[in-house]
Amino acid sequence: MTTAPAHPGSPTTPKPKAVVRVGDRVFSAASVISGGLILVVLALVAAFLVWQSIPAFSAKVGELPNQAANFWDYVGPLVFGTVWSALLALVMAVPLSIGIALFISHFAPRRIAPVLGYVIDLLAAVPSVVYGLWGIVVLARFVQPFYSFLNEYLGWFPLFSGQISGTGRTILTASIVLAVMAIPIMTAVMREIFLQAPTLNEEAALALGATRWEMIRLSVLPFAKSGIVSAIMLGLGRALGETMAIALVLSVSTNVTFQLLTSLNPSTIAANIALQFAEASGTALNALIASGLILFVITLVINMLARYIVRKRVS
Amino acid sequence: MSLALRQSPGNVFANGKLHKSVPWLLLGGSWVALALVFALLNAGGAVKDFNIVAALFLGTVLFDVLIVVVSRIVEGGRKAVDRLITSLVVTAFVIAVLPLVSLLYTVLADGLARFDAAFFSYSMRGVISVGGGALHALIGTLEITLFAALMAVPIGLLTSIYLVEYGRGPLARGITFFVDVMTGIPSIVAGLFAYSLFALFLGPGARFGLVGSVALAVLMIPIVVRSTEEVLKIVPMELREASYALGVPKWLTIIKVVLPTSLAGITTGVMLAIARVIGETAPLLVTAGFTTSMNYDLFKNPMMTLPVFAYTQYSQQGANPVPFVDRAWTAALVLILIVMVLNLLARFITRLFAPKLSR
Repeated sequence: MTTAPAHPGSPTTPKPKAVVRVGDRVFSAASVISGGLILVVLALVAAFLVWQSIPAFSAKVGELPNQAANFWDYVGPLVFGTVWSALLALVMAVPLSIGIALFISHFAPRRIAPVLGYVIDLLAAVPSVVYGLWGIVVLARFVQPFYSFLNEYLGWFPLFSGQISGTGRTILTASIVLAVMAIPIMTAVMREIFLQAPTLNEEAALALGATRWEMIRLSVLPFAKSGIVSAIMLGLGRALGETMAIALVLSVSTNVTFQLLTSLNPSTIAANIALQFAEASGTALNALIASGLILFVITLVINMLARYIVRKRVS
Repeated sequence: MSLALRQSPGNVFANGKLHKSVPWLLLGGSWVALALVFALLNAGGAVKDFNIVAALFLGTVLFDVLIVVVSRIVEGGRKAVDRLITSLVVTAFVIAVLPLVSLLYTVLADGLARFDAAFFSYSMRGVISVGGGALHALIGTLEITLFAALMAVPIGLLTSIYLVEYGRGPLARGITFFVDVMTGIPSIVAGLFAYSLFALFLGPGARFGLVGSVALAVLMIPIVVRSTEEVLKIVPMELREASYALGVPKWLTIIKVVLPTSLAGITTGVMLAIARVIGETAPLLVTAGFTTSMNYDLFKNPMMTLPVFAYTQYSQQGANPVPFVDRAWTAALVLILIVMVLNLLARFITRLFAPKLSR
């Protein structure tokens, strides 16, 4: 509309200056502030959690629930349960996700592949409390006979030993639900990476007479290796933080055990918060928030690693 | 025996290969075989009820084995491995879909029992056993989610405008990175954050709707940023340049050209973000609390929400658990319906306006 008016009296015409408009200033400032706000929120999350957890870190004997001697004694079994259930979920979910992602990207007919992708995305759309209900009502009853079978005939194997749960509400069931919930995000990331594999390499492999699997093994998988790793870490982050499914499905105790089929399972941080928060007060409340802080740190580190790997690969 | 399985001898390219109908015949055959086995076990009383899921699953496994053996005999080792991987990959997909089918079936079958007018017109005040409804939870979910959207959408939209239109250098890179990281925050941690934020000002035990909205907004912002950023990026550069050439300032260009062009995509992104957070239970459990009465006020007293309603109905069953479980399933059904409708609507909007964008 307008350009900077040059000073009429000056002997040399100065360089034309860009006009600074108020609207531009306001708008760019607003967008910068919004962007910065996200960083601030993330910092605030950490700050508030730390601030609320300080009393728990210095708690003395008798102030914490579960007769814990100090905070680390209290949170230890929970961290164990969180990591153990998430790892179990990954053992099931990783091969499945790789298979599903390959199926959608390279095996399914081109026309129906997006539909199949949408079906998997539907799994992510189901609210976690519904997964919890399904896990406790349908899945736990469905798998209980299999658990009895495993316990009876493979009970010598440490994972399957112990007093079997009659309800099927064990850590293995919870992990199956976690696996189902972690599959969509892992599949989505892997699918993207598999589709980015260089078509020329794939065609070259096929032209040399490779079967489809040999083509994938030689050209797609080496290309996608780091993408698979970061997808796994994203799935791990999801499984670590999942709350309601575990809170509903798992019958919890304060045990630290690797046994999969008993009714005395280690609880997870998130589920413990959900189950105890309504009744907690005082130091117990601080302890819950402190355990949330631990969860936050764990997932933050894992997510940052995963995103870092993706980012490095893209650039 | 293996000769009969091969393609017609006239086609040289098909020599030594299985006919393309063979895998399908084998798959159908193994399903029927396993169904028969289970039917027999059922009749014999060894297994209590006819288990269709187990029959399908074991049938698929049997197929995986059969196809490899047959392919090994007819086509040789390399092709057999290829067949094995193909069938494993398909099996993986089927295994992932089975829970979805089972879940949707259960929610429909058990949720329809209380899917009636009373469910949508009564609260749980004074209800001890049968009857009652989730009106208070529906209202709560609606208010809390809308308020969360009111906070998250402007921040998210402005952030993505910053990233696409203004952002250069380390700040933009940092924001992009941490938005990605933020999508991975466990939802319960967002709840704890909102709780501690309000506990700072109001003292411990502050539970009302607004706290829940803040928690949901924290979860929503990164999703909104991600999806709107994608949409803003595909607005053609020519449109902006044409606008600049006419002397329109940058901020007006964004408001009058970029945003209207991408409006459909932004709407879709916002709806998907709402669909994502509307089912969140854990953060609302610790922030908005739960109640049995109506509460229209976001700023006072605990507020019930639909996911928390489903959870509390199941976890705090009365002496007669049936009505409680029924209400929990109906709440689950309503939740899934809301999420599905939001998803479908979002897709519909994209489809409706897509040609304008892709040109």
